[in-house]
Amino acid sequence: MKTEINVCINGQERTDEVEPRLLLIHYLREVIGLKGPHIGCETSICGACTVALNGKTVKSCALLAVQADGQDIVTVEGLATDGQLHPVQEAFWNEHGLQCGFCTPGMLMTTRELIERNPDPTDEEIRHGLEGNLCRCTGYQHIVNAVKSAAAKVGG
Amino acid sequence: METTVSKKTERMVGKPIRRREDPRLITGTATYVEDIELPGMHYAAVVRSPHPAADIKGIDTQAAEQHPGVVAVYTGKDIDHLGAVPCGISLPDLRIPHHHLLAQDRVYYVGHPVAVVVASDRYIAADAVDLVEVEYEPTDSVSEPEEALEDGAPAVHAEWPDNVAFTHHQEGGDIEKAFAEADVIVKERIVSQRLAPSAMEPRGTVASWNSGDETLTVHSSTQIPHILRTLMAGVLGLPEHKLRVIAPEVGGGFGSKCELYPEEALTAFIAMKIGKPVKWVLTRRDEFLATIHGRGHIDYYELAAKKDGTMLGLKVKIIQDVGSFHMLLTPAMPTLSVLMLPGLYRFKNVHADVVGVFTHRMATDLYRGAGRPEATHGIERMVEVLAAELGMDPVELRKKNFVPPSDFPYDTPMGVSYDSGNYAAILEKAVETVGYSQLRQEQQEGRRQGRLMGIGIATYGEICAFGPSPALPTGGWESATVKIEPSGQVTIMTGVSPHGQGSQTTFSQIAADELGVDIDNIVVAHGDTSTVQHGVGTFGSRNTAVGGTALVLAIRELKEKIETYGAMLLESDDVTYADGVCTCNKTGKTVPLGEIALTSWTGPNYPPNTQPGLIATNYWEPPNFAFPFGAHIVVSEVDPETGEVAIKRYLAVDDCGKVINPLLVDGQVHGGVAQGLGQALYEQVVYDDTGQLVTGEYMDYALPKAAMVPTIETDRTETPSPVNPLGVKGVGEAGTIAASPAVVNSVVDALSHLGVRHIDMPLTPEKIWKLVQQGGSA
Repeated sequence: MKTEINVCINGQERTDEVEPRLLLIHYLREVIGLKGPHIGCETSICGACTVALNGKTVKSCALLAVQADGQDIVTVEGLATDGQLHPVQEAFWNEHGLQCGFCTPGMLMTTRELIERNPDPTDEEIRHGLEGNLCRCTGYQHIVNAVKSAAAKVGG
Repeated sequence: METTVSKKTERMVGKPIRRREDPRLITGTATYVEDIELPGMHYAAVVRSPHPAADIKGIDTQAAEQHPGVVAVYTGKDIDHLGAVPCGISLPDLRIPHHHLLAQDRVYYVGHPVAVVVASDRYIAADAVDLVEVEYEPTDSVSEPEEALEDGAPAVHAEWPDNVAFTHHQEGGDIEKAFAEADVIVKERIVSQRLAPSAMEPRGTVASWNSGDETLTVHSSTQIPHILRTLMAGVLGLPEHKLRVIAPEVGGGFGSKCELYPEEALTAFIAMKIGKPVKWVLTRRDEFLATIHGRGHIDYYELAAKKDGTMLGLKVKIIQDVGSFHMLLTPAMPTLSVLMLPGLYRFKNVHADVVGVFTHRMATDLYRGAGRPEATHGIERMVEVLAAELGMDPVELRKKNFVPPSDFPYDTPMGVSYDSGNYAAILEKAVETVGYSQLRQEQQEGRRQGRLMGIGIATYGEICAFGPSPALPTGGWESATVKIEPSGQVTIMTGVSPHGQGSQTTFSQIAADELGVDIDNIVVAHGDTSTVQHGVGTFGSRNTAVGGTALVLAIRELKEKIETYGAMLLESDDVTYADGVCTCNKTGKTVPLGEIALTSWTGPNYPPNTQPGLIATNYWEPPNFAFPFGAHIVVSEVDPETGEVAIKRYLAVDDCGKVINPLLVDGQVHGGVAQGLGQALYEQVVYDDTGQLVTGEYMDYALPKAAMVPTIETDRTETPSPVNPLGVKGVGEAGTIAASPAVVNSVVDALSHLGVRHIDMPLTPEKIWKLVQQGGSA
């Protein structure tokens, strides 16, 4: 039996009928068509599926769509506004903070929250702050640089 | 028609420009396999064996087939007419078991595909997997390769009771004489454990069949779209020209996507059967079970030397854990190791024996470095063991034995020819940068205070830029097509298939300089067998060295044609093309590239004996490999209370030949180092002694997180390769190759005063703590 949910996604209100067991990541990707969040492990470890739920990052592979009922969701697609990249996106681009790009949407969402909470993070704080997001390509160094650069830009 | 090509203003090669790939990747608009949706698409899911070895007594698919939404269930009997999963390697005594797409009457590893279900929805397909009832009769299994070689071990394949998959012998020089003349012989058993390549994007395929013209389109997460097409056409019995393979955005591969996997062919088979598009994507758990693993070496080393440190010869026995079946290049992994056994050292006597062993595990095959990290880890550990034995400084010992710069090109005893290098210079640069002698003093002072600090050195040479065609069953050339569109814009089609390397950026830089146009006028396309000329693919650090060279040569050919058209338009026989314009050398009159391109496509007149259109294709066969090299130095500290290793400094000095984009080279080094360090400290694929995979999730497989990787200092020397006109050598695998011995050498060095000479990876706190507690004699 399907359940009705009402959500606001990237600023747009939506109402959908979903199976109770439908994961939030599949709702975003397959019902709404937002392909930015990726599925890397289905066990909430890799963080490729990270989105913001009411401003806080969550692993959308570990939530059901019905749990998002009545809430506000932002995905990577919602980061840029009016054709302008978000400073976090710009920083990852400038600092070569991505290679294959598969982890990137999750990294960007986590970074956005990380620098909101801590506008001037140390390298160590950044590395611990990114523990919920795995990257196999970059060795993280350029990602750390990108987070620092984004923090400087947002804070400055 | 307006011509829009703009003239280039500055040189692009060597600049750290940001990547042209990134806008789509940072905005969530890239299209990976799983992002592809086609009308009427169905989902496939695979039923896998829970046993490492068992006879299949029966499969009951009825409940699954009757489940609402399920369209079909296929088992081994449905696909036994299809071809086998291919192995592309030839060795004289290679034994290749027939590797069906689905198990027939027996399973050979945990995760072995037994059946595949197809449903209208991914959740229903997953439900139906649980409804397929397979009756197994488990038999004895063998998981460890050395146990598999023992008399009476269970046979993985009944026809070969000794479990030997292949053997390989190679030698150079006179090993008996070298060992007879030696003052000292050091011996060690060195393990390079199984690793999971672990690309963040799991493997997946979307296939669609057009019954009208009988064509199949396959999107697959692959590093080798053209080769996959040839292989898949063979497996499916489909004419190759009716098959289109597309590698869309690919989320990392590290060698693990250089295959034809059973599921790729099964997805295509199902699409043809049901006449609807089919998507199949691995879960991470199945990725651990059924994507190839890397490494899996047990090596026995003997190094002979004089008292003064002169290395004389090396004997190595390599035991390669094959798993139960060969994949595309499995037997080539240890034979590639053999080519790199002497490292950067000039001794001429080498004796290598390889035995590949069947075990009841998933197959091993290419993983970043692919045979070379194992060899480098071995020789760089043995040099340290020898240094400890002789009481020599490991820097001095290395320098004493390096191939000198005057000896290039240098023919090794393993039959390869190192192209260029200065090994002592790069080690000296690293030693100076890191402050080596001061670190040794700190180490001594630290020891007096009970601190366990270690300094680890690893130098490496790498056979890459694969490669001359005799070295590869696929051919080792690469291709490029360069087309100046009628509007003057430049389209490049490359046969390589990048998946994170940034080749759209580096190839654009190369073309911008070579053609003299602004980089924004260039687009690089790849990965679609219908639109891109035949190519080989991306692996073995070959994109820029081989694919980039094909690009340069195609442009050079095209420039001659540009001048031919320019001469016609300028009515001169003395013209030169440069920086986007063709100039008459007599009158100084010019014609821009855009106008030349438009004329070349639309006429009305063409130069005599010249075809219309500015387009050129080059297939470049490299005359040799290229050989990057480097020196990495690690400073680590062991916590005696917990056994934890902290990396205090990591310095990577690499020489990858000419650098196209230093930002991207650093990125490759960082990523490579993180993977080598992952092997050294954290990662291992563990099967228990009943053949079950223990490390089947990221909960159990310790993929390095950001806080587990140190800041990496990078530096370079730049020795151009004489093998290609760009002078590039390659950098994709360098970091991985250097990092594992550098890290392990530092930890062994930290514990050397306790008598520790070798520790096998990963250096878990438990292993190190025991060594410390037991005074080095665990």
